[in-house]
Amino acid sequence: MSTATTNSNGRARAGSHTVVAIVEDKPGVLMRVASLFRRRGFNIESLTVGHSEEKGLSRMTILVDGEGAPIEQVEKQLYKLIDVVKVSDLSNEEMIPRELALIKVRANNVNRHELLDIANVFRADVVDIATSSLILQVVGDETKIDGLIKMLEPYGIRELSRTGRIAMVRGAKTTTVHEREPEKIREIHERAGRRVEGRELPFSSD
Amino acid sequence: MVLESLEREGVDTMFGYPGGVVLPLYDTLPQFPGIRHVLVRHEQGAAHMADGYARASGRLGVCLGTSGPGATNLVTGITTSWMDSTPVLALTGNVARTLLGRDGFQEADITGITHSITKHNYLVMQASEIPLAMREAVHIATTGRPGPVLVDIPKDVFQEEAEFYWPEHLSLRGYKPTTEGHDGMIKRAAALIDQAKRPIIIAGHGVIWGEAQKELVELAEKAQIPVITTFLGISGFPENHVLSYGWLGMHGMFYANMAADAADVVIGIGMRFDDRAMGRFKDFNPNAKIVHIDIDPAEIGKNFATAVPIVGDVKRVLPKITDHVQHGVRTDWLRWIDQVREEHPSLHIRESRRMLPQYVVRTLYEETQGNATIVTGVGQHQMWAGQHYFYNKPRQLISSGGLGTMGFELPAAIGAQMALPNEEIWAICGDGSFQMNIQEMAVLVDEGLPVKMAIFNNGYLGMIRQWQQLFYDKNYSSCGITQPDFCKLADAYGIRALRVETKAEVPLAIKEAREYKGPILLDFQIDQEENVWPMVPAGASLAETIEQPAEELAR
Repeated sequence: MSTATTNSNGRARAGSHTVVAIVEDKPGVLMRVASLFRRRGFNIESLTVGHSEEKGLSRMTILVDGEGAPIEQVEKQLYKLIDVVKVSDLSNEEMIPRELALIKVRANNVNRHELLDIANVFRADVVDIATSSLILQVVGDETKIDGLIKMLEPYGIRELSRTGRIAMVRGAKTTTVHEREPEKIREIHERAGRRVEGRELPFSSD
Repeated sequence: MVLESLEREGVDTMFGYPGGVVLPLYDTLPQFPGIRHVLVRHEQGAAHMADGYARASGRLGVCLGTSGPGATNLVTGITTSWMDSTPVLALTGNVARTLLGRDGFQEADITGITHSITKHNYLVMQASEIPLAMREAVHIATTGRPGPVLVDIPKDVFQEEAEFYWPEHLSLRGYKPTTEGHDGMIKRAAALIDQAKRPIIIAGHGVIWGEAQKELVELAEKAQIPVITTFLGISGFPENHVLSYGWLGMHGMFYANMAADAADVVIGIGMRFDDRAMGRFKDFNPNAKIVHIDIDPAEIGKNFATAVPIVGDVKRVLPKITDHVQHGVRTDWLRWIDQVREEHPSLHIRESRRMLPQYVVRTLYEETQGNATIVTGVGQHQMWAGQHYFYNKPRQLISSGGLGTMGFELPAAIGAQMALPNEEIWAICGDGSFQMNIQEMAVLVDEGLPVKMAIFNNGYLGMIRQWQQLFYDKNYSSCGITQPDFCKLADAYGIRALRVETKAEVPLAIKEAREYKGPILLDFQIDQEENVWPMVPAGASLAETIEQPAEELAR
């Protein structure tokens, strides 16, 4: 699975790219993308799919090993797929890469406290606890998760599940197809009976 | 629904083969007299016919197969269209929706199978979605860089009742081909051409599909740039033009290869810098700056670093470049290539008592005054047909380039003749290649098509023999091929046939075939061991082009 590919400020290391593809939410689209990568010999380190902010569009975050293929070709080949609407390479942006992991680790009365201390340091949540094990949930970039895993290994990791990377660019810039117009947002607020003034929409609070 | 959609898209011909799950469609076929259905003998033939139809006419070709084997038999033909970017719509039936995914009788996951060999494909799960899927499929197949699109329809969807709704407007947010070309890049290209001392244009299949022959001629003439083509680009630039220097590549003309290797600016137009054309990539003319014009952005920079990339439709981009370039004078450069051509003519046919295949092609060229449409299979005969016939009109040569599909010639010629009933169509066939789709002779009879078949019969899989002779120490392994008596076979189908055994008979046989109104087969017993020259050995660079060795010339 994914290896550590970022340094502390979230920029990708040379060789690895974070590509975001906005795709039509249609059957077979994942296979089209996966099949394209296989066919062209591009290496996927991780691939994460989920809904985007727009109905009918999914967002794929693909971590590509850019040493196997020029990233420009990856983007262009993705664009050739009819179901792919937009492709962005976030690697040269200030971005926030995140991954979620669930880790089931052996625990007993003696070491449970140590484990909780470690979890605390990594800001991991305990989501399940039993007499001989506990499940930690941690969110962060790959380095952080790798770090936690390393700390937990001596206790015995019984099961590990990681999501693969999702990412978003910092600041106002987006990788969406088109943003909702302020007009629409105003309507939503008005329908909810909230008073709207100025153009700084939407508000975080009223 | 399917046929109604086809009719609205202006389809008048389709090539197909019935089967269990497409019977509902065949049941309604008689209600659409505007669509002529050609019954093939093998689905591969249907796919090649649709392809040949498209290549000859520039319009969409349509083929149809049933589920399972019917669909998988189309695959080779679809891949052929994919590699050569031709607009083909492949329709397949599939098992009923309830059986999909349960390995029903004659079920094949054809949309899964064809993901990587179609521009796009559809599995239509509701009858009401058929018109939109068909319309999108035709739009995608015929616009931008053309390509095959497959529409797969389960049997019970054919039978389902739904209201026919024809979408007037399409909105495909993931598909918007760029056609205009970037103005800044166009200016940079023009500036680079103006500075160039030894520019060369390499014109590809895209010039033919973009219908940009006139625009290309104007640019070449204004800037005085010599033009060579790729194999599939043949006929995109008139070969009788003074600036035409043949085609390049593994069996291209010596002077074309040398010119490409000596150029300081290479202008690739509607082509994809393929390995068969360019030789060993890393040693292709390292001094050349590349201008690349193509409608598919993914082709640019795929194999070579490009100095000036222009994404757009060649028909729109070329006139803009022509506007910006200066009138050129490049006498020295043209004279240099002329001199290479004088010293290494490549297309000279030596005197011989043997029936040399080159002589047969040249005689055909002379007899038809260069006006026939030539369709070839794959192998030695294909290369000779490309070399020794001269093509001036676009779409005059129809051949499987990218995929190199043997068995292409006969069905593609049938498709071409269906598209162009008044043209003279010659299928130049290899004795091996012809046998791969020999069954389609029946279609010639069914449809009364006057296709002329010229079999280049040397008793070998000739290109295999040539490679084994040159690179495998004459270890002729599985290249001798026993054949049926082609004349008797044609006779069995009710097709006239002539065996041509001596050189003297060649022009007479061609004359006779041309005068004959129906389909006719000529079995040319050509020289058995003639090789195709010049040759760039596999993995060598264009600079290493080899010409016919002296001992062969003496044969």
